Amino acid sequence: MSSIIIAVVIVAAIGLIAGLGLAIASQVFAVPVDETEVKVRECLPGANCGACGYTGCDGYAGALAKGETKECNLCIPGGNDTAQAIAGILGLAAGEIVPQVAAVMCQGNNMNVEEKLEYSGVKSCKIATQLFGGPKNCVHGCIGFGDCVEVCPYEAIFICDGVARINPDKCRACKMCIKTCPRHLIDLFPLDVAKAAVLCKNHDKGAQTRKQCKAGCIGCMKCVKACPAEAVKVENFCAKVDYDKCIGCGECHAVCPVGAIDIFEIKKHF
Amino acid sequence: MTKELISILLTAILTQNFVLAKFLGICPFLGVSKKLNTAVGMSAAVIFVMALATAVTYPINKFLLVKLDLEYLQTIVFILVIAALVQLVEIILKKYMPALYNALGIYLPLITTNCAVLGVVILNVDSGYNFAQSMFNSVGAGLGFMLAMVMFAGVRERLDSCEVPKFMQGLPITLVAASLVSVSFLGFTGIVENIFG
Repeated sequence: MSSIIIAVVIVAAIGLIAGLGLAIASQVFAVPVDETEVKVRECLPGANCGACGYTGCDGYAGALAKGETKECNLCIPGGNDTAQAIAGILGLAAGEIVPQVAAVMCQGNNMNVEEKLEYSGVKSCKIATQLFGGPKNCVHGCIGFGDCVEVCPYEAIFICDGVARINPDKCRACKMCIKTCPRHLIDLFPLDVAKAAVLCKNHDKGAQTRKQCKAGCIGCMKCVKACPAEAVKVENFCAKVDYDKCIGCGECHAVCPVGAIDIFEIKKHF
Repeated sequence: MTKELISILLTAILTQNFVLAKFLGICPFLGVSKKLNTAVGMSAAVIFVMALATAVTYPINKFLLVKLDLEYLQTIVFILVIAALVQLVEIILKKYMPALYNALGIYLPLITTNCAVLGVVILNVDSGYNFAQSMFNSVGAGLGFMLAMVMFAGVRERLDSCEVPKFMQGLPITLVAASLVSVSFLGFTGIVENIFG
């Protein structure tokens, strides 16, 4: 009987010593934590996407708390609510975030572009693009292996007919896909307003583009002439829209012979 | 003496490798071996904790448990002591060596009650090693763990770029690869005895 008691006492004593030791150590060696930093960190969404330009939510919270930056509106995924919450804690002006979503500017799907080679390597856009510019005829268009799908923290991107598409309901405009796409096909597009979007980034000459893709911009300048607001320009044989000037009238879409320019009015449904 | 210690060290690394011969610590072996840098971080933490655990549990066993005829409490006391110790080390590292703390990161608390760490201290006691021998055995076990992890991280990085049949994808092919690496370590059998015998 006494041996059981000794055993219990020994284990209990070791446990007690360890517990007390840890309790004391956690007080003695406590690292001071900046309370504002913790509060700011709680307001941020925690996706660690890097859209703010810092290493992650922790980095941005640290910079705000230490006063390294006074801009509360850098968190695009968090939107205006987050900016106001942070501004409330720090006593700064919130600034405004123009709501945006990412969109893939390419129509090079399986119907419009033919494949020039049968690719059986690693299913990665970055790797595939190094082999003769990818499996598709167009060397500027979406490859459709989904590097952006994998990188998206909100699961907003999917592949449809060989081209990436973005679900605006899920997209939080964190720019991860924009940084990842080896073809730079993804742009931020203003939300809730009608604007013209050029769905092509092919900078080859018109005749060449025509051979590669049925929906590629051939740089014919018709949209430039049709635009009443002078919002469309053609650079390097590919049209480009200035979203600030565009009024969303649809004249460019009406005259485009290849259907490379379209009027988008992206809305979030919930 | 030196010869014996080196023999213990090499045995623990090669012939009696903790992961590949004794099958201890399989869950970090399969869990954290996907990338080389995480594998190295985990192994460094394991070496550190194994050496520390041995240094602390050896006197507790010798001067407390053996004296009181309480050897049967080894498992529970060792778990308790190792867990508390690693917590303490974590707190101190966080204060004085934040760089090392960030490098070890989540791995330090992960391995507090890992079977490989507990296994090495129990095996030290069972083999009747003295303090120096115990320490060499623990460090050897840790190095063996690192060797297995680093090698297997290489194997898994190769596996990632292979086309694996669908039914074998993921864990099945990883286990097959692990068993092949384990079999290859059988080749070391007898090598240490022959060198130092």
